[in-house]
Amino acid sequence: MATVLPRSFVSRRLHSLLGVIPIGAFLIEHLIANYSAVGGPEKFEATVRWINSLPFVLLMEIFFIYLPILFHAALGVVIAFQPKNTLPNYGYFRNWMFYLQRLTGLITLIYIAWHVWETRVQAALGQPVNFEMMKNILDNPVSIAFYVIGILSTVFHFSNGLWSFAVSWGLAVGPRAQRQMTYVSAIVFVFLSYVGLMALFAFIA
Amino acid sequence: MSRKITLIVTRQDGPDQPPYKETFVIDYRPNMNVIGALMEIRKNPVNAKGERVAPVAWEMSCLEEVCGACSMVINGKARQACSALIDKLGDTITLEPMRTFPVVRDLIVDRSRMFEDLKKVKAWVPIDGTYDIGPGPRMPEVERQMAYELSRCMMCGVCLEVCPNVSPRSKFMGAAIMNQVRLHNTHPTGAMHKHERLEAIMGEEGLEGCGNSQNCVQACPKGIPLTTSIAALRWETTRYSIKKWMFS
Ligand code: HEM
Ligand code: SF4
Ligand code: FES
Repeated sequence: MATVLPRSFVSRRLHSLLGVIPIGAFLIEHLIANYSAVGGPEKFEATVRWINSLPFVLLMEIFFIYLPILFHAALGVVIAFQPKNTLPNYGYFRNWMFYLQRLTGLITLIYIAWHVWETRVQAALGQPVNFEMMKNILDNPVSIAFYVIGILSTVFHFSNGLWSFAVSWGLAVGPRAQRQMTYVSAIVFVFLSYVGLMALFAFIA
Repeated sequence: MSRKITLIVTRQDGPDQPPYKETFVIDYRPNMNVIGALMEIRKNPVNAKGERVAPVAWEMSCLEEVCGACSMVINGKARQACSALIDKLGDTITLEPMRTFPVVRDLIVDRSRMFEDLKKVKAWVPIDGTYDIGPGPRMPEVERQMAYELSRCMMCGVCLEVCPNVSPRSKFMGAAIMNQVRLHNTHPTGAMHKHERLEAIMGEEGLEGCGNSQNCVQACPKGIPLTTSIAALRWETTRYSIKKWMFS
């Protein structure tokens, strides 16, 4: 493929695509699955059991989650450090979104790394994945603050990324379509933030 | 006492010299623009400390915002000095060169990278041959109007100056160059070489360097729909790459 199309083009479009499918799709699935904690420990643990009962779970994790995130994050870090700072003089809405997209990408990277260490890596080392586990992780205000920031950052990055995906592929071209896409991404941001934070608070109550 | 205007100019004696700020105070005149203010300094190049210094160097040509030569950063915003009226700028005005480009001296920058990039993307309509190939196809009126909007670019470089991704760490050619690709791909004869221009902007210096900050469209003095041009090319390259990947 790289011989037919320039390599940088392929990797940038792949970066953009992976951000939505599968990473973004997984994010939605993950937040909604966690929301079952709002129904109590039994509901949450039933969801965990159901996910773990799926065939090829590990393969799906590797190919739909780990590898795409690694690629997206690696190229994302490069992209995030490219710009010069234009915010002081040109504080327009889209320019803010541009910098926030990069900043939240970096925050999300740190958050995901820590979150995966605390949950998935510990699970692989034998720790049972259940309501207790999250309750213990979230037993102090520092962890709670870190998770609130992490969730909001990831959700913002994904929601604004949907806008930028639509523009990057030429799906939203004119100013009207791009403005309407801004509304869509704002609604996605509000909805997913609600779902994510409600699930988080369910472990704290 | 007559009204005074304070100009704080970021100066530089040569391409490799360090920049420094110098303040000048001049008499206010009604309807004066930044060029007029710079001419006052040239008449009497004495800075606010009373020292006689080399006059501030800048470029200009048309004096009616159509050539782009006088582009500089005025009160923090990149724009043309000839259309920047003192009455709208306040009594203290900062002037800086557009540092995205190499500074030649004071407010003069070298914008030749834009010309080099126009060559890279083949921003022209090839018609030369060994015989007369006759008139080209006619252009639909709606497209002509759209192309006219795009054609008003004067290569001033403001859209590169305000773009976060036209930076030392990125190879992005900038919005003006992308816009020229759309303009020449819209031209009925130019469209015959559409794919060559699309290929040129699919490389490292091309479209994918755009990060959608959209400062360009806010800053362009000609009101060119730059972000629409870029997004339209995104769609063109999406289609072109899928076609090429599947059928070649
Ligand atoms: C893990 C660390 C991550 C980093 C460092 C990162 C970095 C970035 C950066 C810098 C961009 C801007 C690309 C551009 O506009 O040209 C971006 C775009 C995007 N990211 Fe991430 N990201 C990360 C994780 C994620 C995650 C977890 C998601 C999904 C939930 C995601 C979804 C997206 C989407 C949808 C885009 C828009 C793509 C486009 O512009 O077309 N990213 N990412
Ligand atoms: S597109 Fe506008 S801002 Fe950019 S070079 Fe042309 S006239 Fe200047
Ligand atoms: S002198 Fe031509 S644009 Fe100002």
